Amino acid sequence: MIIHPLLLIVATPLAGALLIALSAGKPTQRETVTLVTAGLLFWQVLRLLAHSLGGGTVSPVELAVMPGVPLALSVEPLGLIFALVASGLWIVNSVYSIGYMRGNNEAHQTRFYVCFGLAISFAMGIALADNLFTLFLFYEALTLSTYPLVTHKGGAEAREAGRVYLGILMSTSIGFLLLAIVWTWQATGRMDFTPGGILAGHVDEPEVGLLLFLFMYGIGKAALMPIHRWLPAAMVAPTPVSALLHAVAVVKAGVFSVVKVIVYIFGLDLLNASPSADWLLYAAGATILIASLIALKQDNLKRRLAYSTISQLSYVILAAAILAPLSVAGAALHIAAHAVGKITLFFAAGSIYTAAHKTQVSQLDGIGRRMPWTMGAFAIGALSMVGVPPTAGFLSKWFMLSGAWATEQWVAVGVIVLSTLLNAAYFLPIVYAAFFRAPPPDDAHHPPHGEAPWPIVAALTTTAGLTVLLFLFPRPVLDLALALVGATP
Amino acid sequence: MSQLLKVAEAAAHGVTESATHTAQHAAHAATPSLSLLGDNLPALAIVVPLLAAPLVALMIRPALAWSLAALAGLTTLAVTGGLLARVLDSGPIVYAVGGWAGPWGIEYRIDTLSAGMLVLVAGIGAVSLLYARASVAREIPPARASLFYSLMLLCLTGLLGMCISGDVFNVFVFLEISSLSSYALIGLGSTRRAFTAAFNYLILGTIGATFYVIGIGLLYMMTGSLNMADLATLVPAQMDTTTVQMAIAFLAVGLSLKAALFPLHLWLPNAYAYAPSVVTAFLAATATKVSIYVLVRFVFTVFGGTGLLVLEGPLGLSAGTLICVLALAGVVVASLSAIYQEDAKRLLAYSSVAQVGYMLLGVGLASPAGLSAGLIHVFNHALIKFALFLAVGAVVWRTGSAHMAALAGAGKRMPWTMAAFVIAGLSLIGVPGTVGFVSKWMLLQAALAQQLWLVAGLILFTSLLAVVYVWKMIEAAYFRPVPEGGPEIAEAPLSLRLPLWLVALACIYFGLDASGPVGIAETATRTLLEGGA
Repeated sequence: MIIHPLLLIVATPLAGALLIALSAGKPTQRETVTLVTAGLLFWQVLRLLAHSLGGGTVSPVELAVMPGVPLALSVEPLGLIFALVASGLWIVNSVYSIGYMRGNNEAHQTRFYVCFGLAISFAMGIALADNLFTLFLFYEALTLSTYPLVTHKGGAEAREAGRVYLGILMSTSIGFLLLAIVWTWQATGRMDFTPGGILAGHVDEPEVGLLLFLFMYGIGKAALMPIHRWLPAAMVAPTPVSALLHAVAVVKAGVFSVVKVIVYIFGLDLLNASPSADWLLYAAGATILIASLIALKQDNLKRRLAYSTISQLSYVILAAAILAPLSVAGAALHIAAHAVGKITLFFAAGSIYTAAHKTQVSQLDGIGRRMPWTMGAFAIGALSMVGVPPTAGFLSKWFMLSGAWATEQWVAVGVIVLSTLLNAAYFLPIVYAAFFRAPPPDDAHHPPHGEAPWPIVAALTTTAGLTVLLFLFPRPVLDLALALVGATP
Repeated sequence: MSQLLKVAEAAAHGVTESATHTAQHAAHAATPSLSLLGDNLPALAIVVPLLAAPLVALMIRPALAWSLAALAGLTTLAVTGGLLARVLDSGPIVYAVGGWAGPWGIEYRIDTLSAGMLVLVAGIGAVSLLYARASVAREIPPARASLFYSLMLLCLTGLLGMCISGDVFNVFVFLEISSLSSYALIGLGSTRRAFTAAFNYLILGTIGATFYVIGIGLLYMMTGSLNMADLATLVPAQMDTTTVQMAIAFLAVGLSLKAALFPLHLWLPNAYAYAPSVVTAFLAATATKVSIYVLVRFVFTVFGGTGLLVLEGPLGLSAGTLICVLALAGVVVASLSAIYQEDAKRLLAYSSVAQVGYMLLGVGLASPAGLSAGLIHVFNHALIKFALFLAVGAVVWRTGSAHMAALAGAGKRMPWTMAAFVIAGLSLIGVPGTVGFVSKWMLLQAALAQQLWLVAGLILFTSLLAVVYVWKMIEAAYFRPVPEGGPEIAEAPLSLRLPLWLVALACIYFGLDASGPVGIAETATRTLLEGGA
């Protein structure tokens, strides 16, 4: 029996998780399984990408759950971008995890790798979801599988963070998203993702805005303010979790779902014709600016990164809310661009913690001299956040701005310009201090240290390289992003 | 004995009206039998556990008693499985007990709904009995073990009987069999509080049963019949009489009491909290559901279906609306109470009251979609609560208590048990991919199809309350440190874990492929609504 290739993509990390669980107590075997699984998964996604770019199609797979409600997987450009980013970075992140978890002598490592495998499997499910039910199923599964990772350290602080994490993500998804899905199903009798949307003609004017509200605030993973607090809370997790899940898989699952709903459920035309849906642009714009302002004041490095993530996620929402094809392509591109940049920043933060046990921005004076690779990569990641060439962040911002300019959305243009300044204001001083301030003298509080273990350095150098590569060779991702909005490159 | 009396009585009174029915049923009874065993399956479903019960009581050695009881449980499951297959294959079965044709004789009437309920009850009975060996050895004195198994079989007989019988008085007899045995079973709990809990239930349960018997007495007064199918044809002509309306009121209150519909649920939390673990698991998964089944039978088969529910009553309030309001109030209040419980069994008991609310909400919506949703939740919640109580039973087996403090460290020491608990807990919340989601989805559909936004909002809000109380237990198991000097905790024995995992996996299986149960629920709904028309 041949397993359907899409099912196989979801099943591979699942099987990997099972094998990891069976390797409890054998660190080398556990890590080998993780790396092999990650490699196999990426290879499958690459093959799917090559097949799709070559014009081939993959028949969707359907399993009936309830009458009319199938669990269905299919391939479309946006999902491919997300799957490509998540599976590719999983390999790098696994290398990094090995260095980090060993370097910090973390406990419960088997559970950690098992949950990681599960989370990736569910992220693949989200990427390939063909209808709202499937998306919702994997979305909830992703929340639950990452809960043990967020609370990994145990104890009161982790428990509280876990409550915030689960409380916000589940109350929004059950309270709003599920309602929105059932509403869509009631109104249209379907819920499959269809180019051009399915709601046009079924939902009338003021309700469009309300339904959009339920969807946007139901997808808590996209961290639109004021439902963003779970993301800073999740920073108690070990850094590899923050890096891959809370900069890539989980949060990107959120904005991915946002774009997917806007493009394939509402359809750009319906939203363009509905004044009641205009609020989204302002909500996303406000989130970008407020989160940036908060990030300015954070001294804890991971928290600053978290608020930066919140603001960057809203770029994607803003770009989608501009509703111009070019900006939607920019949104898709930004999913990939922000992923490689932000994971680099988190890798660097974890590297600093592992080598120097420092967590605060104010402790980083002169650290670039001791950890040149780490801080070099950090600088590239920071430039990508600001959107300076030659980094990937420039590319996606360019598309967003072009779309906003073309449709004369001056508010959006203003937000993007202003936030670029803010991004620079909270990232560049870190880079400056690391390289140009004098380090504190060695003493009991500041023991001498060098670079972090090699797997960590290798991982963060790779992602920093990817950030530049994506700028220089954006072709495959850009093609997919343009295919999403039906434009020809 | 009472059944015989009843037959004689019915024969004396109901001669004239029912002549046509006699002919009809006699014709059915005369159908040439293909196989003796196959044709008597309906009787076997009752006879096997009923006869096994006294035999089990005679066994002195607990192991022997258990073996026989488990064998009887599995045989009953096989019989009911055969019945379901037949009903799905060739439509409803009418079986005249002892060859006495209805409406004077007792009829067993098995349509899709009753066959589904039979399989559910027998399945849960069989798994409970398999699980019971280790649990009973720990919680019940050996001298009483055989008595315990005997009572379990009697209780099973009663519950099966309530589902199979097409005769309202016979249902009462089975109701009493199951109730009396469950009072005794609850009283066997290991603490003295079990006595008061059982006594409370005895009083309230008896009131419920009395109301029921008054209700059918009034119906009998007006129609001279006790046969459900017969009543369905006779009642409509009398619908406007105060007597029949009183009958409806008595039946509704009596059955709601047994089903623990808010605010008639007060007997339930203590009964579930202090009963032996197996009994709690078994009763939580079956007893209230069977009462709901009987209620549904009355509303739709006897009283003609949705017409009764949408009829304007005093204050412009229809019965359906009243049920919805009470059901939702029950869901909210019981869920909030559950959050504040410090004992896992009590917590789950309050959650059961809340879930009963969801089931009756589906009935109260008075639409095909609502009824299907209510019925599917009967099945789904039975699986969920069964798994949860089995898991708690395993913790009790190790620690001797179901208090939150006793759960401390269970996540680490009893990983398999707690993993199954988490699966069932997620089902209770209604996470997609589990049975709980199927119910929630169908219930939301039904509510939104009638534009009941408030109802939909409350369903979602109470799901969030479920997150809170389920997570309270999960946090206790995974985050509280193991108490110093406490009892040594290790994983529960395999004989507890296997049944637990069987049910937990069923929670996922039927969540991913719900076409079987949903199909049965929808067929049952069609039959109920057509039967009432």
